[in-house]
Amino acid sequence: MSGLEKKCKKKMVPLTGNYAIAAAMRQINPDVVAAYPITPQSAIVEQFARFVANGIVDTEMVRVESEHSAMSACIGASLSGARAMTATCSAGLALMWEMLGVASGLRCPIVMPVANRALSAPINIHCDHSDSMGARDFGWVQIYSESAQEAYENVFLALKLAEHPDVQLPVMVCEDGFITSHCVQNVELHDDAVMKRFVGERKPEHSLLDLKNPITVGAIELQDYFFETKRQQEEAMGHALKAYLKVGADLSRVTGSKYPYFDSYGLEGAEAVIVTMSSAAGTTKAVVDRLRHDGKKVGLLKLRLFRPFPYEQVRDALRKAKCVGVLERSFSFGAYAPLFSEVRNSLYEAGKKPKLQSYVFGLGGRDLLESDVEEAFKELLAGKTTGGMEYKGLR
Amino acid sequence: MMAAKFPSKEQLKRKCGWREIPAAGIITRAASALDHKTGSWRAFRPVIDEKKCIQCAFCAAYCPDNAVRFVKGKRTPINLDYCKGCGICAQTCPVKAITMVEEAKFG
Repeated sequence: MSGLEKKCKKKMVPLTGNYAIAAAMRQINPDVVAAYPITPQSAIVEQFARFVANGIVDTEMVRVESEHSAMSACIGASLSGARAMTATCSAGLALMWEMLGVASGLRCPIVMPVANRALSAPINIHCDHSDSMGARDFGWVQIYSESAQEAYENVFLALKLAEHPDVQLPVMVCEDGFITSHCVQNVELHDDAVMKRFVGERKPEHSLLDLKNPITVGAIELQDYFFETKRQQEEAMGHALKAYLKVGADLSRVTGSKYPYFDSYGLEGAEAVIVTMSSAAGTTKAVVDRLRHDGKKVGLLKLRLFRPFPYEQVRDALRKAKCVGVLERSFSFGAYAPLFSEVRNSLYEAGKKPKLQSYVFGLGGRDLLESDVEEAFKELLAGKTTGGMEYKGLR
Repeated sequence: MMAAKFPSKEQLKRKCGWREIPAAGIITRAASALDHKTGSWRAFRPVIDEKKCIQCAFCAAYCPDNAVRFVKGKRTPINLDYCKGCGICAQTCPVKAITMVEEAKFG
């Protein structure tokens, strides 16, 4: 596929988000990949299985019977000291639920690309963020990617962040199902040797295979120590917030891209701001360009890191705006939508606050049109907020 | 923070804080299960009929808690500090020398 299997120097190639992620996995050459196929993630694992079959990587590929088993196998491998990866989405991610908490609780630096897809019912294979948003409190770091290029580079960022000695947490790299996972974009692949050097070797502090220093993993902790162990996990999330920028700076020297908590697009002097994540940011940028050309003071904050959430930085970026709209692809039934909730939380301590509006769009893969974003900007510019949830693209 | 050593008995006794324990509840000291006498979990006690026992060592091989062992060709008595009363020994005994008796009967 597109010369993907050849050793590569830095080059621009047409790739889907899934193939770009598979290319990153080839360059990482993890010790273990245990995965189960699910649309729209399948192509990641299919392409990677091809690399294994053709001897391009020396990964142990475990073809498991379910996602619950995929994550279980990754946890076992990770605890043995191996670099373990998998990929999933939607119902597959839901079936992993129990093991997601085990992976983070046992501090396994597993990296998992997620091709965001709606959750049943009704059954739907297309993009929204209900799957990873549902998993937002499971102790995983979550990075969201706008494009195939970002998805590709975020896998490296995720790996080094996960394995950072102060972090030791699993990381999800999210891309929009079909919109990013299946659409072909120009992707600049970086040099194999350079990326190999960047990822280096994992140096686990403990390993189940270290017979000279035997350990017990997964022992019971009741009222006596469970709370303390969980407090450490929260501390690690705090470390992840700092380490994200440090690892990002290291990766930046290799790729030339930047890895901030969020991208600011026309935020300087913007009166109306849209906050969104993933591919919707591309659509929003086009609208920002057009409206800015017409002299309208609009801007975009594209969040990359959702867990841990950079509250302070988001507050500082938004406090001067007049009106902020949060555009997101997920509900939190009976509560404010997840991204809106966090943006609202981050502004609580700001002295002068912008007005806020929650917009939910694109559930089940419904397109977000430029006209939807433009309409939202016009409402925000007019300071029109409703105090409740509003919808774009809903009939 | 991952580098914390497994707490000493003194630290465990005074219930040390979250900064003092290894991450993820990993136990780096061997045989720490000896600190936890789980015999009080038992609802049924295995009672061995010494006359029937043929010293085959099945019970010792199957016991998940090492509460019965085989030392120098001979079965040890059951260590009631650790026996949880699971009854696997009674199930596996080929001559039915082990009976599970309700713990309440021992007063």
